Order: sequence, then C-alpha cells, then structure tokens
Amino acid sequence: MYNFDFEKPSTVADAVAALGQEDAQALGGGQTLIPTLKQRLASPSKLVSLKGIPEMVGICRGDDGALCIGGATPHVQVAAEAGDYPALAALASHIGDPAVRNRGTIGGSLANNDPAACYPAAALASGATIKTNSREIAADDYFQGMFTTALEEGEIITEVRFPVPEKANYQKFVQPASRFALTGVFVAKYADGVRVAVTGASEEGVFRWTEAEAALSSNFSADAVPSAPSADGMIGDIHGTPEYRAHLIAVLTKRAVAAAA
Amino acid sequence: MPKDHGIGAAQTRREDVRFLTGQGNYTDDINLKGQAYVHFLRSDVAHGKIAKLDTSAAAAMPGVVRIFTSADFEGVGGLPCGWQVTDKHGEPMQEPAHPIIASGKVRHVGEIVAAVVAESLPQARDAAEAIELDIEELPPVVDMKAALEAGSAKVHDDLTSNLCYDWGFVEENKGAVEEAFGKAAHVTTLELVNNRLIANPMEPRVAVGDYTRHSDESTLYTTSQNPHVIRLLMGAFVLGIPEHKLRVVAPDVGGGFGTKIFHYAEEAFCTFAAKACNRAVKWTSTRSEAFMSDAHGRDHVTTIQLALDENNNFTALRTDTLANMGAYLSTFAPSVPTWLHGTLMAGNYKTPLIYVNVKAVFTNTVPVDAYRGAGRPEATYQLERVIDKAARELGVDPIALRRQNFVTEFPYATPVAVEYDTGDYHGTMDALERMADFAGFEARRKESEAKGKLRGLGVNCYIEACGIAPSNLVGQLGARAGLYESATVRVNATGGLVVMTGSHSHGQGHETTFPQVIAEMIGIDESMVEIVHGDTSKVPMGMGTYGSRSLAVGGSAMVRAAEKIINKTKKIAAHLMEASEADIELKDGAFSVAGTDKSVAWGDVCLAAYVPHNYPLEDIEPGLEETAFYDPSNFTYPSGAYACEVEVDPETGKVTIERFAAADDFGNVVNPMIVEGQVHGGIAQGVGQALLEGCVYDENGQLLSASYMDYAMPRADDLPFYSVDHSSATPCTHNPLGVKGCGEAGAIGSPPSVVNAVVDALQSAGKNVTHIDMPLTPARVWAAMQ
Repeated sequence: MYNFDFEKPSTVADAVAALGQEDAQALGGGQTLIPTLKQRLASPSKLVSLKGIPEMVGICRGDDGALCIGGATPHVQVAAEAGDYPALAALASHIGDPAVRNRGTIGGSLANNDPAACYPAAALASGATIKTNSREIAADDYFQGMFTTALEEGEIITEVRFPVPEKANYQKFVQPASRFALTGVFVAKYADGVRVAVTGASEEGVFRWTEAEAALSSNFSADAVPSAPSADGMIGDIHGTPEYRAHLIAVLTKRAVAAAA
Repeated sequence: MPKDHGIGAAQTRREDVRFLTGQGNYTDDINLKGQAYVHFLRSDVAHGKIAKLDTSAAAAMPGVVRIFTSADFEGVGGLPCGWQVTDKHGEPMQEPAHPIIASGKVRHVGEIVAAVVAESLPQARDAAEAIELDIEELPPVVDMKAALEAGSAKVHDDLTSNLCYDWGFVEENKGAVEEAFGKAAHVTTLELVNNRLIANPMEPRVAVGDYTRHSDESTLYTTSQNPHVIRLLMGAFVLGIPEHKLRVVAPDVGGGFGTKIFHYAEEAFCTFAAKACNRAVKWTSTRSEAFMSDAHGRDHVTTIQLALDENNNFTALRTDTLANMGAYLSTFAPSVPTWLHGTLMAGNYKTPLIYVNVKAVFTNTVPVDAYRGAGRPEATYQLERVIDKAARELGVDPIALRRQNFVTEFPYATPVAVEYDTGDYHGTMDALERMADFAGFEARRKESEAKGKLRGLGVNCYIEACGIAPSNLVGQLGARAGLYESATVRVNATGGLVVMTGSHSHGQGHETTFPQVIAEMIGIDESMVEIVHGDTSKVPMGMGTYGSRSLAVGGSAMVRAAEKIINKTKKIAAHLMEASEADIELKDGAFSVAGTDKSVAWGDVCLAAYVPHNYPLEDIEPGLEETAFYDPSNFTYPSGAYACEVEVDPETGKVTIERFAAADDFGNVVNPMIVEGQVHGGIAQGVGQALLEGCVYDENGQLLSASYMDYAMPRADDLPFYSVDHSSATPCTHNPLGVKGCGEAGAIGSPPSVVNAVVDALQSAGKNVTHIDMPLTPARVWAAMQ
C-alpha cells in the first residue's frame, strides 16, 4: 500500500467536494479497493470514505413503492431489512462471507461493476434507478461493460431504487475459489413484463437476456426458457469455458423461474 | 470404560489453550531489537535472461540499509538437494545449481532477483520499485511432454536436457512384466493427471535472521518442520557456519503439510543478511508470495496398465510417469516420484510383477516437492483408479476384485522392494462395509434420483510407507541424510519430566500425546511431563516431522530414553529399599519390592538422584537425564479402506459429497481424538485435491491460480460429516509402541474414492465416462457428460 490521505465527510456535499481534489478516490466498504491498494495496484493521493454519511445508509419505501437503499448501506443490512423484496435480501445474504457483508456496500458494488458481482444482476433485472449526487440513471443506461459504468469522475451513488416485482429469484452458481458468481441469473416478473439479467458470464459484464425475457413475459414458466444462448462473447477461464457459462445461463434461468413461481 | 489417562485416552489438546486464545508464539510474533525488513524483488517472467539490474537509484531511497543481488552471494553455496536418485542406467540425476538469488537467468515466476533490506517494509517495497530490472524473455518450458522433445528450450543451459532422471523400478523386472502383459487375459489402461497443488498452510513462511558479532553466532527463527535439518543444510552447504555457531528455532508453526520441510532461499538470505548488516533481518511471506515461492506438490502425468488373468487375478502392473520438478530441485524433490511412489505401487495387492518408470522433468515453474502423502497419494490414486476401471470393464464388483487380490499373509515382501510387516486388509474392508452401509446404497440412489441427482459410490484401499525411515536403507536409496529421531528425557529433582524431542509439532499435538506415553510408562499424571521441541540449542539433533513419523520414530526414541530412566530409577529404588533390582516393580508412580509391602514413591527416588546422600554412588552417577537415538528397522505400513458417496447435479456438473467413511489401520493409537482429527484434516485435503484445488500455469509460465480468488481451498461446507474407524488394527511389529502413523492417511486414501464415486454416478446415468482428471470441478464434470 502506498501512503494516502484519508477523509471521512459526513455529508454528500462534503464528499463531492473532497472527491473534486486531484487523484482522490471514493472508498465504500473497500472490499475491492483495499486489496487493490495492498497489492500496490492503485495509488490514490486521497481516499474519501463514504461510510460516515448518515443520509446514505438505510432502507425505505419510496412514494412510488420502490425499495430505496442508501448507497453506503452494507450487504448485511440489505439482507436483514429488505424483506419487502425477498429475492434481493437473499442475494445480499449470499455475497462473500460475514466480514465482506458487514463492510461491503451496495453503492460500492455497483460503482465497481465487477463482471461477476451479484448486485448488478439485481439492479439490471429490476430496472432499478441509480441515484447519484447529481442525477438519476436508469440501470439500462448505467452498466457499460466490465468494470465500466455511466458514473462520471467523482460522482457518488447516493441511493438505489428498486421497483418491487411481483415475483423474483436470483440463482448464483458459485466459482469454487472466489465464490463470486461463475454465472448468476436474476429473474424479476413485473406487471409489464419479465426482466432477466445475467452476471458472471459475459465479457461485457452484466447483461439482459432479452430472448428469455420475451419468452417468459408471455409464459412465466421454466418450460418457456429458451435453449442456451450463444457462447460467443462469454468468459472462458480456468473455472469454465464459454460454452459452460452459456449452458449455465439457461439452467439457472429455469431454476430462478421455478423458484420464483 | 474409556481411559482418561495414558495411552489410548482421548485427551483434549493442551496446546490448544494457547492456540485458541491467541497466545501462540509464531515466527512472525518474534520481533528483535533493531530489526530490519527485507522485501524480495521477484521475477514476473517464467524464463529470461537478466539483461539489466541496476540498484543504484534504489539504494539511495529513504531507509534502505542495503540491497543484495546475486553478486553478493558469490562464493556462497546454493541450496542443496538432499536426495540423489540414480537413473535406470546407473547414472546420477542431473542436478542444477540452485542459487539463493537468480544469477544471469530467471527460471520461474517468483524467483528472487534482488533483496532490499530497509528500516521498514514499506521503504523496502518503495526501493524495490526503483530497481531498474530488464529481463529478456526466453521461450518458457511449461508442458512436461514438450520439455522432453528434442529442440525444446532448456531450463538449465549447462544440463544436457530438461530430463532430471529416467528411473526404472525394478529395472530387472521389466522383461518379466512385459512377458506377463503378453499373456494377460485382460489389460486395463488408464491415463491420468495427478494435479499440481499448493499446500497453503494457514501460517505463511517467515524467517528472522539474527547475528551476535562478539560471539560470531547466527540465529535463524523460521517456520520449519525440522530445524536441525535446516541448521545442517544451511550451515554446512550454503553459508559455511559450523553448528556450534548456528542456532535454528522453529517455534509454534501454523501448519506445514510438507511444504515447510525444505530449506528455502529466504531462510539462508535472512541469516546471511543479518551478519552482513550486523542486525536482525525479517521476512514475512505475503500470501501472494507463498503461491509462487512455497514448493508445490504432486504434478504427475501417468499411464498405468493392469494385467489380469482369466480369473481376475492381478498378474502385472506397469506405469509410465512424468513428474514435474519445477525449475530447481527442492530439498527432497527427487525422492517423491521415486522411492516414495514406486515402492508403493503394489498397494494392498499381491500383484507379483511390477515395473515403474518415472521421468522427472525440469520446467519453468515453482519447484515441486513433498506435500502431505508425497508420492504415496500419487501411487494410490493411479492404482485404485485403474482397479476400479478394470472392475467396470470386467463387470465385477470392485470390492470383490480388490478382496480377491489382497495380500493376506505377513510379513509380505512386495516386488517393489519393501516388506509389509503387518496388516489386515479384509479386516479394514469389513470395518468399512459396516460403517458405510453399502446395503442401503440403492435406496439412497433412488432418493437422489427423485431429486434429479445422480448418486455414485466409490471405494478404494490404500497402503502407505511411513514412519520414515531406516537410515541405512534410505542411504542406499540416495538420501543424503539419516532419518533416525532423538529424544532427551530430563527428570527434575521432584519427579517432573521434560522431554526434549527432535520431532517438531506444527499442529500434530505432540505436547499432548507424548506426555500420555510417558504417563503410561511411569504411572504418573500427564501434567508432570513437559515437551520441548523446535530449538537446536535445546533438543538433541533430530530430523523433524514429516512422513507421519513423529510417534513411530520420535515417540520410539522417547520411549527408549524413558526406558533408560526407568532402569536407573529401579537401581536407585532397590538401593533405597535394600532390595534386589530384579524384584523392583514400577506401577502407578511408585516402586515396590515384589512380594513385600515395601514401597517408595517416584518423586522420592528422583530426589535421591539429585540429593545423593543415600545413593549407590559406586555403581551409578547422580542425576536423571538420558538421551536416545532411535533408528527404525523398517517403514511402518498403515493401511485402510475408504468409501465416498456423491451426488452429481447432471445439469451443472456440481459434485457434492454426501457420505464419507474411512476405516484405517494405524496400529496402536495413543490419542484417538487426535487421530480422528488427523484423518478429518487429511480427507479435507484429499477432497480438496479431488474436487477443488488446481494449480494452473498458462503457456507462458504465468501462474493463473495465484490467489484464493482462483485457487479453491476446501471449506467446511464442501465437506460432509465423516464416519471414521480405526478399530481394525494390527500393531506395528518393529517399534516399541506398535504405532504406524496417521498424519497423511486421509490425504492419501481419499482422492480415488471421490473420483470412483463420480464415475459411478455418471455411468449409472448411462454416460460413457471412464475418467475425469482432478479437480472434478463442475465445469469438467459437465464437459465430460457432453
């Protein structure tokens, strides 16, 4: 780890101001950033912790019925308090281990957009709104590829709003070593249709499996899930081939639908 | 009623009080006044020529004490190899130089190129980044088959090829084996990989070198399983420090699994640098460094063939193995694929003719050496897999096929140069059948089917040679060390005892079990016995702990020393009670005269030895302290039978272990709870090898499984509840305790049963799958089913 200055503001405005300084870097729960710093793979001059801002922590229902989760809310709190959206609470309860869930935050996970992370699948499948200090971004516009998002430099996720579906389920097939998603599928059924988001599988990061969405929107049953998508563009590594990941997408989608229904 | 004292008592581990309350004293807990810290600059290239190495800018960085390169080690010895294998033509193996710091060339990712000693670790790291290093990449040698092809790049330019040795065993039997295969009614062939593993003890390696100028004494604190071996190798072969000026201390060590046997460059460096800098120098491995600098394990590619006659009797066995040595020969690397592997190929079976060929190969990877089981898991895996395949090909019950071919008469001289002293393979299989409920398997398979899962049952036997070993035998086989063990028993004036053992505990529980043996012999409470180990300045020269040898060899040395003590105390007691020595009995901590009511307590006799007012000074010396060195006459041969039941998810290929039963013959058992713990841990590592752990290099020699993000260690929820049994026991015939050793059994015995079970599950669903290479990850199992 290289030396850095550390700041822990207590308001979003102060955090934004602090992040305006040169080479400043936002720190959520640090579950990716701290190991990166320890490996000396990043060298920010200043870390701005987002863990001391009360307005960014907590879970409530918005006027439109959406489940609103503060950007600095740790996974353990989502697991315990997002009971209005059981599939989301269940997802949060299976991220990492207890230490990770107590430190890691939803905003940190979505800002990092690891291609094998769980939250991006929930946000995309739910058509969530990513609220930042300056604007609101639809999930469909937010995820822009592996470790890439619509966030501008210094922009902070203050809240994530999840429309609560009629039915939903997340199926995570773990990579044996990291226990990230080797492939994970989040299925959410809304009155106006079904959304299916896939994490862990694509070289482009989280994506919607539109073919399955179309089929499930007209018939929400496991039998309606199409055969596996093309393996083109899927990740191949020591844990699985592109073909295996493509196969898992169909298997997990069926299981998610069966579990949700 | 179960015993609560002495041999056979399931006593809780006394050392756990400090381990579980954070009071252990590990090497990283040792911080010496004025110590400096070293950071090693390591190669990120598998194979290359060091074109430029300029440390001048780095040396000027804040806090830098000194920067070392290979130039500082001219005239210093390289790391020695402790075992010389002779090839099938009678020629010695090719043995490359093994420098402390890479000289001219780098040969694996992780090899040390330079070392920065600084006031603080961050300063050392900062300076290391300022070293100008330019490595011209050379073609990497990664694949073993390609490494042996003519025209392959060479790992070592001064060797004739990448072949370390071509070993044939027993070479004289080769013709007869060929002939037997020609006459066989059935031949089963299997090609398999014994996957490369990284040991990953919980405590990474640490070394602290210290130097005292006025006395010219060096001290090394290190995470070692055998401090005397390090003192001998490093002092005599690397740094030229005589033993009386070199102390090696291995305090509490947090797991070894073999990987802390070996003498490593970092140990020699810290000892050398402490003298050069005249201050203590400390290195603590990061987990990332551990992945690319701890010796790896296994990594064999094997073709095995089993010949059977028309009655399904095994008539011959032959194997061809490529064994990866990595870039250099680690301390005992050459012995693992040869004498710890070829000699076990008979297994539990009376196969009369066996021929083993092993070609050891240099590659641009981390050195490979012993890991829990060391050679014996490789032997067991291929043998028990090929027997299982043969049973399927012949349509016979795999247990019946094994039973039919069991060795039943002991002692039994195998065709691969060892003699099993004792065993009862039907007995352990009977115990397994009782535990594993084979009769209920079909019902359980149906339950699994109802859930959409495929259930499989796998069984295997194993035998291992441990209690390593008779020195004269291993000397003939190429060992450059003796393999006896030592113990000093010191009795204090009021009767308490201190045992200074050459064995080393890094999780085995010696501080609990060794006192149980003494308590049994004298009839006193275990609390009167203290165990000292791990410090060359305190214990007699010992060879340390590996090869499941502590109790069988080190425990026997302790028994011999205690017997000397008991003989002497009987003389003293006879004098005190004015009786004949022959009439003295020692029981429950008191000496009595047979046929009388005369008695004197243990403590009173001990006091008389140190306050010899009324004492036979003309016959014996005062004091009570005895040392014994024990060199066994044979290996010990634990054996067992294991069964595993798995469920396979046919849609994803995921394997879950539903049941696991292990029936072991460890001979006599001193502490059954510790034995069960050893079996549990061994099976966890065996299951890890079978299902999870895979060390993978890419074609450039880059380690892809270089962290826990990609190297899967077994976790509690990967493992089932085990059924274990060691009641079918045949005591070892040649050591005084009748013990055989239990440390490696689980890791040796479990992988084949897991793989056999998965193959059984897939075949039950009509899949034509005869083999899958470990680790049986979901992706591999799914691919095999397609």
